[in-house]
Amino acid sequence: MSMMDWIDARFPATKMWKEHLSEYYAPKNFNFWYFFGSLALLILVLQIVTGIFLTMNYKPDAELAFASVEYIMRDVQWGWLIRYLHSTGASAFFIVIYLHMFRGLLYGSYKQPRELVWIFGMLLYVVLMAEAFMGYLLPWGQMSYWGAQVIISLFGALPVIGEDLALWIRGDYVVADATLNRFFAFHVIALPIVLLGLVVAHILALHEVGSNNPDGIEIKQTKDKNGKPLDGIPFHPYYSVKDLVGVVVFLFVFSLVLFYMPEFGGWFLEKDNFVPADPLKTPEHIVPLWYFTPFYAILRAVPDKLMGVIAMGLAIVMLFLLPWLDRSKTRSIRYRGPYFRTALTIFVISFVALGYLGTQPATSLYTLLAQIFTVLYFAFFILMPVYTKLDKDKPVPERVTYK
Amino acid sequence: MLKSVGFYRQSQDIDVLLDSLLNNISGDLHLMSNSIDTSKRRFLSAAASVVGGAGVVAVAIPFVSSIAPSAKAEAAGAPVQIDISQLEPGQLLTVEWRGKPVWVFRRSAEVLKDLASLTSELRDPQSQQEQQPAYAQNETRSIREDLMVMVGICTHLGCSPTYRPEIAPNDLGADWKGGFFCPCHGSRFDLAGRVYQGVPAPTNLEVPPYHFQGDNTVIVGEDAQGAA
Repeated sequence: MSMMDWIDARFPATKMWKEHLSEYYAPKNFNFWYFFGSLALLILVLQIVTGIFLTMNYKPDAELAFASVEYIMRDVQWGWLIRYLHSTGASAFFIVIYLHMFRGLLYGSYKQPRELVWIFGMLLYVVLMAEAFMGYLLPWGQMSYWGAQVIISLFGALPVIGEDLALWIRGDYVVADATLNRFFAFHVIALPIVLLGLVVAHILALHEVGSNNPDGIEIKQTKDKNGKPLDGIPFHPYYSVKDLVGVVVFLFVFSLVLFYMPEFGGWFLEKDNFVPADPLKTPEHIVPLWYFTPFYAILRAVPDKLMGVIAMGLAIVMLFLLPWLDRSKTRSIRYRGPYFRTALTIFVISFVALGYLGTQPATSLYTLLAQIFTVLYFAFFILMPVYTKLDKDKPVPERVTYK
Repeated sequence: MLKSVGFYRQSQDIDVLLDSLLNNISGDLHLMSNSIDTSKRRFLSAAASVVGGAGVVAVAIPFVSSIAPSAKAEAAGAPVQIDISQLEPGQLLTVEWRGKPVWVFRRSAEVLKDLASLTSELRDPQSQQEQQPAYAQNETRSIREDLMVMVGICTHLGCSPTYRPEIAPNDLGADWKGGFFCPCHGSRFDLAGRVYQGVPAPTNLEVPPYHFQGDNTVIVGEDAQGAA
């Protein structure tokens, strides 16, 4: 009896290996857009490992935090590398996640029967935003401090309970030591556990229904006599090896940023954050990190405090509803009609434009533009049941197309 | 039942056969006599859930309370004393109270005259909303006309606005009569902390409880009668 048999009689090691890797049949026509799921997983591991090593020298104390980050950067051996890996990793995480989500929009990966894959993914996105937001407070720089002050004040906009809720979240009348300490706890333990749990749920749900593909065809519908999908190939070794190519290219680009421009011109680490937090002085121009700016622009575009917060929340809620807003039977953009193609193009332009406007001062022209793009952003979702129903989709082939 | 006997016909193991027969018989009897009292089960499940749920809520209370402001944070909200004898008209002093910036500044006669002329441009010129103690609910939002005390936190999203006392600077426009400008989202306030119309901040800046001790001392964080 082999060692593996001994283990398999007690723990489903081989069974799980087969189910999720060697006998998980993925469509053979995956393209460029399918690298980003595994890349996100790679970055998650990178963030966890670098994060563990950062906590060994970081001090979650309002008096000590800023200096301890500088200590990591200057005095801890290779500390600068670990810290820059973590800070660059955070932005890389969002780039990869946004591309991964865009892939879902392109090929209708959120559609029946993958609604829960999408929902778990959206929950991952929301938790990741909270994780990034709380992590950004930890260096205790000016932007950390005032960014947190602004975002926590959003809760204060809620009627009746708002102010008490904001007070409870901060643990003090303003962002203070108590806030820093609890954000540290959430950032290093509470949210990572939730993230890992959601990743497992996301992958389990995906492997239950099977992967979508650039043609948006169910490969499970055409099987050979052994019950294996004709258009499927085992994830391992085919895609595990293919993904390695993606990893190499990703690490190449990642290293360029990491070693030559870790602050990325103030986009990945903002200039004001090299000044210690000062509760009495707001920086001239507060900007959240780039991955929040589309939602920040929506918040600012609405001239009413509560309505602005609601609009910002709805901007994310809309994404959750996507599987039910889309009434078309066709998944992939390849066979979608002109209405959806146009709508998606406008949506992407609006999202990027809002992202840019969120980084700029709120002048009257920019506010007007932000209002226009906010309307377009919401129109994509609200009108979706109509234009996807009316759209003239092309016929979808039986089998995947593959060059 | 006969079927299961047939299944075991070839089995040499008489124990297994007996076992299965006994199991089948007792199982059948069980069903026939309908001995499961489902309503009792439902009651017991519900009772256990309610008691368990109450336990979870009880245990949650200390955890939820532990992240509310601690006794130390609350104690740090003690009143602060400010000497204003050296404060010239136009000068602004920032002091810390409850971790927030509190502004104390002196207004000149011209400023007070301008305040009265702004009424039509403000959202709440009469200070109807309770953003100040009753004794500061007047045109100048202060106890003494010339001396203004307020919390320097924007009522929009908590940034600290910038003091811009100059008249009609380039970036704020020709109509600017002096006031506070929030760099975060462009909210504007006059020199009584009253919010202009058409900006994201919903209400006037907050006036904290305060009183004077003699001519030259302000106590912030406390009404004249006692602690706020």
